[in-house]
Amino acid sequence: MSDTGGEVQTYTVRLELVDEPGELLGALQPIAEAGGNLLSIYHERGNLTPRGHIPVEVDLSCAPARFETIVESLREAGVNVIQAGSERYDEELVVILVGHLVDTDLSDTLRQVESCADASLTDLSLSAPRGSDDTSSARLRLKTRSGTNGKALDKLREIAADKELQVVEPLTEASQ
Amino acid sequence: MSGARLAVLGAGAVGRSVVELAAEYGHTVTAVADSSSAVVDPDGVDTEAVLDRKADAGVVGDADPADAIEGPYDVLVEATPTTLGDAEPGFSHVKQGLDRDKHVVLANKGPVAERYGELRELEADSEGEIRFEATVGGAIPILSTIEDFGANHITAARGVLNGTANFILSRMAAEGLDYEHVLAEAQDLGVAEADPTFDVEGIDAALKFVILSNVLADGDQEFTLDDAAVDGITDIPGTALDLAAEDGRTIRLIGESTPEGVSVAPRLVPADGPLSVTGTLNIVQLETTHAGRLNISGRGAGGPETATAVLSDVSRLVE
Ligand SMILES: NC(=O)c1ccc[n+]([C@@H]2O[C@H](COP(=O)([O-])OP(=O)(O)OC[C@H]3O[C@@H](n4cnc5c(N)ncnc54)[C@H](OP(=O)(O)O)[C@@H]3O)[C@@H](O)[C@H]2O)c1
Repeated sequence: MSDTGGEVQTYTVRLELVDEPGELLGALQPIAEAGGNLLSIYHERGNLTPRGHIPVEVDLSCAPARFETIVESLREAGVNVIQAGSERYDEELVVILVGHLVDTDLSDTLRQVESCADASLTDLSLSAPRGSDDTSSARLRLKTRSGTNGKALDKLREIAADKELQVVEPLTEASQ
Repeated sequence: MSGARLAVLGAGAVGRSVVELAAEYGHTVTAVADSSSAVVDPDGVDTEAVLDRKADAGVVGDADPADAIEGPYDVLVEATPTTLGDAEPGFSHVKQGLDRDKHVVLANKGPVAERYGELRELEADSEGEIRFEATVGGAIPILSTIEDFGANHITAARGVLNGTANFILSRMAAEGLDYEHVLAEAQDLGVAEADPTFDVEGIDAALKFVILSNVLADGDQEFTLDDAAVDGITDIPGTALDLAAEDGRTIRLIGESTPEGVSVAPRLVPADGPLSVTGTLNIVQLETTHAGRLNISGRGAGGPETATAVLSDVSRLVE
């Protein structure tokens, strides 16, 4: 047994900072010290929280057992943590759509997938053969929030059914 | 049961192989019937002569098919065509056998998929027992594996149970050919029938997964084809297989039996995973409660393969 507490996961932490020099650096230090690995920092300068502070979104990875310690050490360091959790688009979903993709407005389909299925498209491959009445195929690689693949697929099915497209779904259990 | 007397209903690919191989398994064929004729002999029919006559004249003997059902036997082997809905004439054949307190071994999927509850009730009122290993995955011992584990120790079954659809998809993926082209090739090779509807529309696979669900539910719930969500492979273009391949995946017609229900659809699976069997091979994965996942694969169809499952069932019957 190791003390890392399981496989490393990614987490998003939302903080609010006073707009003063050195504030951000001060806030990030406890993360590294508590064993977290910084992935990205999104500093929304133009946006202010209701209290007039600057919202900052920090993505980090760490072992699940470490995460609580990191949030605690942030709070101890006087950082205002608004939200902490693994609410991140860190699951992948690959599907193939088959049908009259172009005639049914592929970009509209993709827009619907992103907004309704709460997924972000990371990669698209389209294969449309010779004749225009032939069906074409598209492979969509989507990022979804952890634990929401099932819901995203339900939505995707609805969107596809509306346009008479077929969804070839992945068999997730078998890929382990 | 050893040294059983068999009445074989159906003299197609399966029935003929049962007749041919019965002696090798220590059993005696006392009756054979096809759709229009029958041969009955309490001491055992001359199997070679019967098979020759079927090949030459299209009949198995001079008797009436009903004589075979009413004849002398310990085990009725039901190998007539699979039909949907009322599953006739198979269902009535099974009923007549059980009403006479005889055992019945089925290769015919219809009665087990469409009228499972009634079949079990008839069995409960009879001294006879029913077995149907051959209905799911031909030669692969799927039902006997479930029986060994106990249905309550298996939480789900999934896999590929139609060789024709699997042959078509794996050829399309390997050769970059379209569905129509590969279907024609499969028909030339005798892998697909002239009317391939049952296979390519997923119905045949669905019947097998419905049977699996019935067995796994163990009386708590009954399933029929109507309860299954079924999608076939006829609309899968070559381009979809190409896109899957670029991503290390492929498409297979996958069935699933879970407590929630039965589904059959083309699904994306890892190209090098256990479910991406090629050609006419079949595979079933069983999720067990204490022993992880079991993969069982092999030949899911064919006369001798299916007859092997029928004859193993006969041997498993309790006297
Ligand atoms: N082939 C396989 O690999 C396989 C695998 C698993 C399960 N099965 C199942 O096993 C069964 C038999 O398959 P098969 O491939 O042998 O089918 P098949 O070649 O079509 O043969 C069906 C046989 O049933 C006979 N028959 C039809 N109605 C009858 C009746 N009322 N009474 C007696 N005989 C009757 C037919 O008679 P005629 O010869 O006079 O037409 C024929 O000999 C089917 O239900 C099938 O789904 C087959």
